[in-house]
Amino acid sequence: MSTAPTSAPPEQRQRLTLDNGLRVLLAPDRTNPVVGVAVHVDVGFRSEPQGRTGFAHLFEHLMFQGSESLEKLAHFRHVQGSGGVFNGSTHQDYTDYFEILPAGALERGLFLEADRLRAPKLTEENLHNQIDVVKEEIRLNVLNRPYGGFPWILLPPVLYSTFANAHNGYGDFTDLETSTLDDAAAFFDAYYAPGNAVLTVVGDFDPDDAGELVTRHFGDIPARPVPARPSFGEPAPDGERLESVVDAHAPLPALAMGYRLPDPGTDLAGYLAHAVLGSLLTDGEAARLTQRLVYGDGLVTDVSASAGLMGAPLDARDPDTFTITAVHPDTVDPRQVVDAVDAELLVLGERGPDAEELRRVTARWAGALHREQDRLMNRMLALGSAELLHGRAELSDELPGAIAAVTPEAVAAAANALRPDARALLVLTPGASA
Amino acid sequence: MSAESTVELRSAASPPTAPSPAERRSAEEIGRTPAGPRELPPLRPQPQVPAPEETDTVLTTGLRVIAVHRPGVPMVEVRLRIPFSGEDAARPMHAAIAEVLASTVLSGTTRRTRVSLDDDLAGVGGEIGFSVDPERLAAAGHALADGLPTLLDVIADVLTGATYPDEEVARERERLAERIQVASAQPSVIARRALQRHRYGDHPVTREMPEVADVAAVTQDDLLAMHRRQVVPRGSVLVLVGDLDPTTAVAAVEASLAGWDTPGEAGLLPPLPELHGSELLLVDRPGAVQSQLRLSAAAVPRTDPRYPALQLANLAFGGYFSSRLVENLREDKGYTYHASSSLEFDPYGAALLVETDCASEVTAPALLEMRYELGRVAVVPPSAAELESARRYAIGSLLISMNTQAGLASTLAGLAGVGLDPAWVREHPQRLEAVTLEQVHAAAAEFLAPARFTGVVVADAATSAESLRALGGIRVP
Repeated sequence: MSTAPTSAPPEQRQRLTLDNGLRVLLAPDRTNPVVGVAVHVDVGFRSEPQGRTGFAHLFEHLMFQGSESLEKLAHFRHVQGSGGVFNGSTHQDYTDYFEILPAGALERGLFLEADRLRAPKLTEENLHNQIDVVKEEIRLNVLNRPYGGFPWILLPPVLYSTFANAHNGYGDFTDLETSTLDDAAAFFDAYYAPGNAVLTVVGDFDPDDAGELVTRHFGDIPARPVPARPSFGEPAPDGERLESVVDAHAPLPALAMGYRLPDPGTDLAGYLAHAVLGSLLTDGEAARLTQRLVYGDGLVTDVSASAGLMGAPLDARDPDTFTITAVHPDTVDPRQVVDAVDAELLVLGERGPDAEELRRVTARWAGALHREQDRLMNRMLALGSAELLHGRAELSDELPGAIAAVTPEAVAAAANALRPDARALLVLTPGASA
Repeated sequence: MSAESTVELRSAASPPTAPSPAERRSAEEIGRTPAGPRELPPLRPQPQVPAPEETDTVLTTGLRVIAVHRPGVPMVEVRLRIPFSGEDAARPMHAAIAEVLASTVLSGTTRRTRVSLDDDLAGVGGEIGFSVDPERLAAAGHALADGLPTLLDVIADVLTGATYPDEEVARERERLAERIQVASAQPSVIARRALQRHRYGDHPVTREMPEVADVAAVTQDDLLAMHRRQVVPRGSVLVLVGDLDPTTAVAAVEASLAGWDTPGEAGLLPPLPELHGSELLLVDRPGAVQSQLRLSAAAVPRTDPRYPALQLANLAFGGYFSSRLVENLREDKGYTYHASSSLEFDPYGAALLVETDCASEVTAPALLEMRYELGRVAVVPPSAAELESARRYAIGSLLISMNTQAGLASTLAGLAGVGLDPAWVREHPQRLEAVTLEQVHAAAAEFLAPARFTGVVVADAATSAESLRALGGIRVP
């Protein structure tokens, strides 16, 4: 393995906690004149109330619609007019807001994030406009395309029983349409307290200067009570839960298998063994399920396995989902696919992977993680979400080492844990095309 | 404020309490503070980017090699670009054979099986993928920096010794047919096909995805013959970016790829038909809940002196979020989640592509607003503030996009494909700084006038045809 240093030595990082409770992580990297600013707020779609599905995501949109010092559209204009790019996204347990900017625009980026965390301008007009925009987003990504929401929206209601874990995080149109400005105000006051967020600053800056700028812009946001974070824990399924859906746009049937993952907070090694297992099953030509299902018996067109409902590991607290999805010809019975997966998991559970097979998978993980780290935006978001969700930004640095340390025995144990009597099966059948 | 050491875990938060309903503020109260609105801080001087160490050379085999030292992470990114059209593109089966070739070129060589190719790459943390479009066959790969010799050896092996084993080809043909079927159901793909046919007729550039029946007819002999004729070094370019020494890397490429010396010249795409303004075409997609609007007009390539002004005029019009088109269609009307205007480049020129997807019931209103904004930018051109914003964005986003090994490698390979070298990217910010408001006005009037556009609308005709007919300028079946 190469010994070249990564561009952002973790030793140079600094943490601050402002008096209002805002946690700040400064991660300098002087190799390129670019900076990134991210705010991770400790609320995701699992926290939205019944009758308000999709509200966390809708609220994320509202946060771009202006604040006390910034008219509607000013946020976009100032970021882009400073040469930067921006985005925000809503996950199970957190919502992030960020921009990447030329280094000379650092203070501007901090100002923009501080202004909306202090005093967002929530108006009826913007609420209704963004309900329309979000509905278009859902039409584009779910309703009007084949396999829309498969499996991230469709699988949770099969695997989970509680509203928090099972409901559609994009939201039902009726819930979105009946959302009110009072809901938005209550949501902001409840969850967007500075003590409920992490600010991550990365890139080309002097840490002392950046710390001073952070304090100047975020320091006078008044402290507010931080909401109690409920546990979303629920028992694992006590059998195989099966449901079917019809997809009007899909040309071929598909299948999703969902399993519960170990709690990354108490069993990180077990969780990561599942991530490695996912790669052994479907990453690359030699992967177990690719070999068996695609090339061996030709049961499926594509197969994919991963730890994490949204496809990335460690992106949520417990409970989270291990998924296997497959698209298959309509001549194949879904049960044939399920049986073949079970047979392969049985083999892996009994014998484990061989050492060389495992070494190749972890080398590829190392390569993939290095590439992630090379992109300032990804590095920033990984640090911020690890700090917020797991209390340790270092988790993101330690991941290559932790993945490389996964043993054949741990992978075998992970394969054994994917039990047929504690899982969800979602069968998708093509309907008359609309 | 308290500073902590970086290695400690943060201490557990104190027991939190939620506000009682009585303490809750209204939306209006949330949006204001005693201090009132604040001033936007100014930009500070922007540090300059030093030119990286790089080599740009042509090997005796005719392969152009660009190698750039860019450490950061211990990886190397590789991009290979082989022009893949020429006279061959006129053959009816060209697109199908090319597509199967790209999906089976990694199925085995004289030295390696499909699985051992992938295993060798995995061993050095690497991956490689091939893709083809009407213009070029491309490979994109990466590996841990010290795995570069293995990565190059695999590439050389594939370029000189791909065998297209019968069994693998048969299986891949089936998978490809299924994938084409899946893709063909995507509204964006339906719209793209319709647009290509409407603006370029039956030019090879329109064959972005082959027909299922043609794919089924591709044989091993077809693939071997196409590989011999078209997978050639002369006219192709290989880009390496990463934790490498450029001179050593070029020497390594020269040694590894010495055997790739197939004669001939890689096939350039034939010149595209000139684009003229014409009626749009309505393509019926019964039952669709969302419509695709795609408008296109002729533009100029990066080498044209008018290009920097066109780039900025297009940004102000619809090329980024803070543009007139997005602010109107999305932020004002709520018709769409996204709308954009971009430039598509080919080896000879460029085309403007203005697109949005909107709810079925607002298809005609959305088209009306698109045309309105095109007309407005042509006759009520961007202001000085709009120009400055577009200029800062163009320069900043270029800096950001090249801030990764992968981004830089892809950018350089794309530019090399239209005959531009790495210096062009470094010099481009100066060209953008020099653009005047008058030049932007001229470019907007010349290129963005609505009469210059043609295009397609894919929509449920039952919902949209009547209002589109009322709007005019569209052929309704």
